Amino acid sequence: MLRFIFGRLAVLIPTFIGVSIIAFSFIRLLPGDPVMLMSGERVMSPERHAELMHQLGLDRPIYVQYLDYLAGLVTGDFGSSIVTKRPVLEDFLNLFPATLELSLCAILVAVCLGIPAGVLAAVKRGTWLDQSIMGAALVGYSMPIFWWGLLLIIFFSGYLGWTPVSGRISLLYFFPSVTGFMLIDSLISGQAGAFKSALTYLILPTVVLATIPLAVIARQTRSAMLEVLGEDYVRTARAKGLSPLRVVGIHALRNAMIPVITTIGLQVGVLLAGAILTETIFSWPGIGKWMVDSVFKRDYAVVQGGLMLIAAVIMIVNLVVDLLYGLVNPRIRR
Amino acid sequence: MKKLTTLLAATALVSVMASAAWSKTLVYCSEGSPEGFDPALYTAGTTFDAASRTVYNRLVEFKHGSTELEPGLAESWDVSADGKEYTFKLRSGVKFQSTDYFTPSRDFNADDVIFSFERQYKEDNAWNKYVAGASWEYFAGMGFPDLIEKIEKVDDLTVKFVLKRPEAPFLANLGMDFASILSKEYADKLQADGKMELMNQQPLGTGPFTFVAYQTDAAIRYKANADYWGGKQPVDDLVFAITTDAAVRAQKLKAGECHIMPYPNAADVPDLKADPNLTVLEQEGLNVAYLAYNTLVAPFDKVEVRKALNMAVNKQAIVDAVFQGSATVAKNPIPPTMWSYNDAVEDDKYDPEAAKTMLEEAGVSGLKMKVWAMPVARPYMLNARRAAELIQADLAKIGVEVEIVSYEWAEYLKLSSDKARDGAVILGWTGDNGDPDNFLDTLLGCDAVGGNNRAQWCNEEFDTLMTKAKETADVAERTKLYEEAQVIFKREAPWNTLDHSLVVVPMSKKVSGFVQDPLGIHRFDGVDIAE
Amino acid sequence: MTVVETKASAPPSGLSEFWFYFSRNKGAVIGLVVFLAILLLAVFAPLVAPHSPSIQNRELLLLPPAWQEGGTWGHVLGTDAVGRDILSRLIYGARFSLFIGLVVVTLSVISGVLIGLVAGYFRGRVDTFIMRIMDIILAFPSLLLALVLVAVLGPGLLNAMIAISLVNQPHFVRLTRAAVMTEKSKDYVVGSQVAGAGTLRLMFLTILPNCLAPLIVQATLAFSAAILDAAALGFLGMGAQPPTPEWGTMLAEAREFIQRAWWVVTFPGLAILVTVLAINLMGDGLRDALDPKLKRS
Repeated sequence: MLRFIFGRLAVLIPTFIGVSIIAFSFIRLLPGDPVMLMSGERVMSPERHAELMHQLGLDRPIYVQYLDYLAGLVTGDFGSSIVTKRPVLEDFLNLFPATLELSLCAILVAVCLGIPAGVLAAVKRGTWLDQSIMGAALVGYSMPIFWWGLLLIIFFSGYLGWTPVSGRISLLYFFPSVTGFMLIDSLISGQAGAFKSALTYLILPTVVLATIPLAVIARQTRSAMLEVLGEDYVRTARAKGLSPLRVVGIHALRNAMIPVITTIGLQVGVLLAGAILTETIFSWPGIGKWMVDSVFKRDYAVVQGGLMLIAAVIMIVNLVVDLLYGLVNPRIRR
Repeated sequence: MKKLTTLLAATALVSVMASAAWSKTLVYCSEGSPEGFDPALYTAGTTFDAASRTVYNRLVEFKHGSTELEPGLAESWDVSADGKEYTFKLRSGVKFQSTDYFTPSRDFNADDVIFSFERQYKEDNAWNKYVAGASWEYFAGMGFPDLIEKIEKVDDLTVKFVLKRPEAPFLANLGMDFASILSKEYADKLQADGKMELMNQQPLGTGPFTFVAYQTDAAIRYKANADYWGGKQPVDDLVFAITTDAAVRAQKLKAGECHIMPYPNAADVPDLKADPNLTVLEQEGLNVAYLAYNTLVAPFDKVEVRKALNMAVNKQAIVDAVFQGSATVAKNPIPPTMWSYNDAVEDDKYDPEAAKTMLEEAGVSGLKMKVWAMPVARPYMLNARRAAELIQADLAKIGVEVEIVSYEWAEYLKLSSDKARDGAVILGWTGDNGDPDNFLDTLLGCDAVGGNNRAQWCNEEFDTLMTKAKETADVAERTKLYEEAQVIFKREAPWNTLDHSLVVVPMSKKVSGFVQDPLGIHRFDGVDIAE
Repeated sequence: MTVVETKASAPPSGLSEFWFYFSRNKGAVIGLVVFLAILLLAVFAPLVAPHSPSIQNRELLLLPPAWQEGGTWGHVLGTDAVGRDILSRLIYGARFSLFIGLVVVTLSVISGVLIGLVAGYFRGRVDTFIMRIMDIILAFPSLLLALVLVAVLGPGLLNAMIAISLVNQPHFVRLTRAAVMTEKSKDYVVGSQVAGAGTLRLMFLTILPNCLAPLIVQATLAFSAAILDAAALGFLGMGAQPPTPEWGTMLAEAREFIQRAWWVVTFPGLAILVTVLAINLMGDGLRDALDPKLKRS
């Protein structure tokens, strides 16, 4: 097992270096330079331009800049934003809990609805129930979520006025950030109504972000269940006259869960990609929106640092999923 | 370390909130996150609204809703006969804000003034590079490094600025955001603690509002400064709810989640006006959008060609489609709210037939040209793409084939300045200080060719007028010169002047005392809200 | 499009079997019909569309759809902010979306299969190197990577397609590599190798045809994913640039009218959904028909 873990870690390091090279070189290839943007319509003199390029260290040879950057990474320095001048890591840590909270809620919704739906569809295979669940799942899977979000806003916020339009909690409530998770912080704060407010702000973004994972999980659960239900031991269990609930709930589900758990792990990347769109639509102050804004602001340093941090998160989650999988299923440990 | 300060801040916040039940809170749905809280480091209006106009004061201040100056932290000032020495008598007994991160032990004095400026140009000043990549853009942009000889402390409440040459707009520049006055005592403490970067995160000044907290990309919170020298503000708390999407801002305003919002979508304005709970303020902005031909490149070097193209474009249609009416068609390069605006100038009339004939007479046929459309929305041009499409359709009617091109914004700004540029550029300008020179000479003078002069237009007659106007102190005299310059401009047509946008601020009817600022700043001192 | 491919690639004897299984799936047939309809609309757009997609009718800005008060049957789905007919723009938009899907799938299949073949056939260091690079690409969320790539290359349809192909391609590499590795050890391959078949011949003529089934299914999924990704990039302002009637770009332009004119927001998204759904339905049918394991169950 230890060898397995070390093997995975050993692969991680070259990948991370590769990621850093890609993130770094991408940004150098961006057209236009950040210094020009500082002055807007007012044209900057070439001297001033050169001076600022020098100040930001952008006039040095690329490899020197890269090595410098790499040296910084080792000490946890991901650079500073060109626009706000704040350290990238600090902004990331400030904003990441928002994305994490949203993503966790979305995956929770997806799992809690997706697995029962998939099981139900598999058990009732071929019935109208199966067909409508799978139909809905396919619609969800095909959904352009940025449009879905707009529709929900138009209907629930605009037309019905039930949910707020953007943000994480009503401005009436203000309390210190302890965990960074608004739901938990609002409970800790003890302010009446704060939790409810945070919840109403969370609903629509969660629904939007959960849509695709929910569909994927439901589909995956169904097919895994179908496979397991066809296996000999399940047939035997049935033949022995065990109650259908017992067969499905205990024997089949447990074995069908292994591929489903892998699928859930694989949704992390999907969630972060979805977060980019969801956060943009709902002005959710998380890292997805932060990255999009930075791309548009040409904030070199933030795009570069953000790419690396996000890649690191995905790699770590994949590693954890891998290890868990290895734990559950010893066969794959080579 | 950071954790600790946050926690400390947090405990203080709880006490603030405890009293919130009966406090008056004004919520402003701002359009973006501030870049930081040290205004001199930045150039964006969003940052100025959040940092400098709330927390800080300057030696001189603009009067509410005007570009006229009034005393700020300086009670009075004298200018020497040669115009090179400005002596400011400082207001006494001005308190810096007390916050949970710093409690001042002394009142505002001359040291604070000197510190606030010296850090921006003295390279040996410890604060000159206190954040990574610090640069003092406006200080440099207004030419201060070459202007200031020295700043002297005469006594605790008297400061003298010595300039290298007389410069009439100097005083007005001191009312700008980069000239905000910081506390030297606070700076010294941060420096001693090795936490200089906090100057840009936890601001402390003498202004009407005290900074409480910034929740990244979500909200900024202030409370009224109880010790403010101008008296405590009518509201107790001020919140900037950061809402980048204009449609969302409008929705929040209608839902009562905020009281004032800037920059609505033009499309939403009629709807907001119809809302009985809202008032919509409108004022012509200090801006212009234009289509600049490259007058160095054939056939656009011919006046007749430029005129013909101008006549072929239906500018009213652009204003309607892009601004839904919240802009006016421009005929002069300066906005109508600016002094010396020449209303007698007549715009090129929209007449495709005549334009076609004129183009033929100029010997131009089968003309193909590029029109550059900005990739970003600016106050003077919300959607350059849409405008370019309209121009494309209009010019097609007189047989001119237009290709719309666009570049990434920084690239656009750079390439559009090139003298050899191919095509006409959509761009614009927002004034800094209300002087016609800031538009006419900056954008159309010979010196600006290859730079801000996107038409690459150098007209001797026009340029002579500019130089003359700059050397003249008499406003009446200058007015005449600028009026004449506008006539020449129209005759020569280096641009097609497109529009001046209206600055629109929708707000709740409960709000009183909010005044639109001609320079586009949003100020909340003196603003009250009815319960 | 996809159907033609499939027919050509499946062995003749399997064709009727394939169709038997495919047509048993009602959803797949519906998907196929809808997809063909969209394809026809796209091909004959100039004949079908009631108006030009770029002609602006300045008298009729933001006209609601015909069935709403104020709408006219001349503009069935209404007009946008500069008075262009939305229905016509959607019809022309189908061209872009299908084109994007086609280009992206072609690019990523060709490059992905080639790289995967090489990795799976040669193994060793080449394989490690290639897979490491794929790991790196997969370490980023695909949309984010595509977004930054397009920012680097410059916003536009072509660059969006290149970026999406690049982030899609590792899936094909992995799939091909895995299939090749399984096939390579099988008797028929070993047999041809012993019989003296060249490397290229082995790779392309012996092994590749036997890995096609999963590739075809993946290609269908990639087709719909490409349409979604391109629309998302367009929505973020980094895909096709206005006035191109690409659906995502239309949505982005329509966002400011979300309160005032629901139709400019609703229809482009609906068009994306219907197209993607049709393709995914077909994809499900293809998988059922081609995947022998699922067929049996």
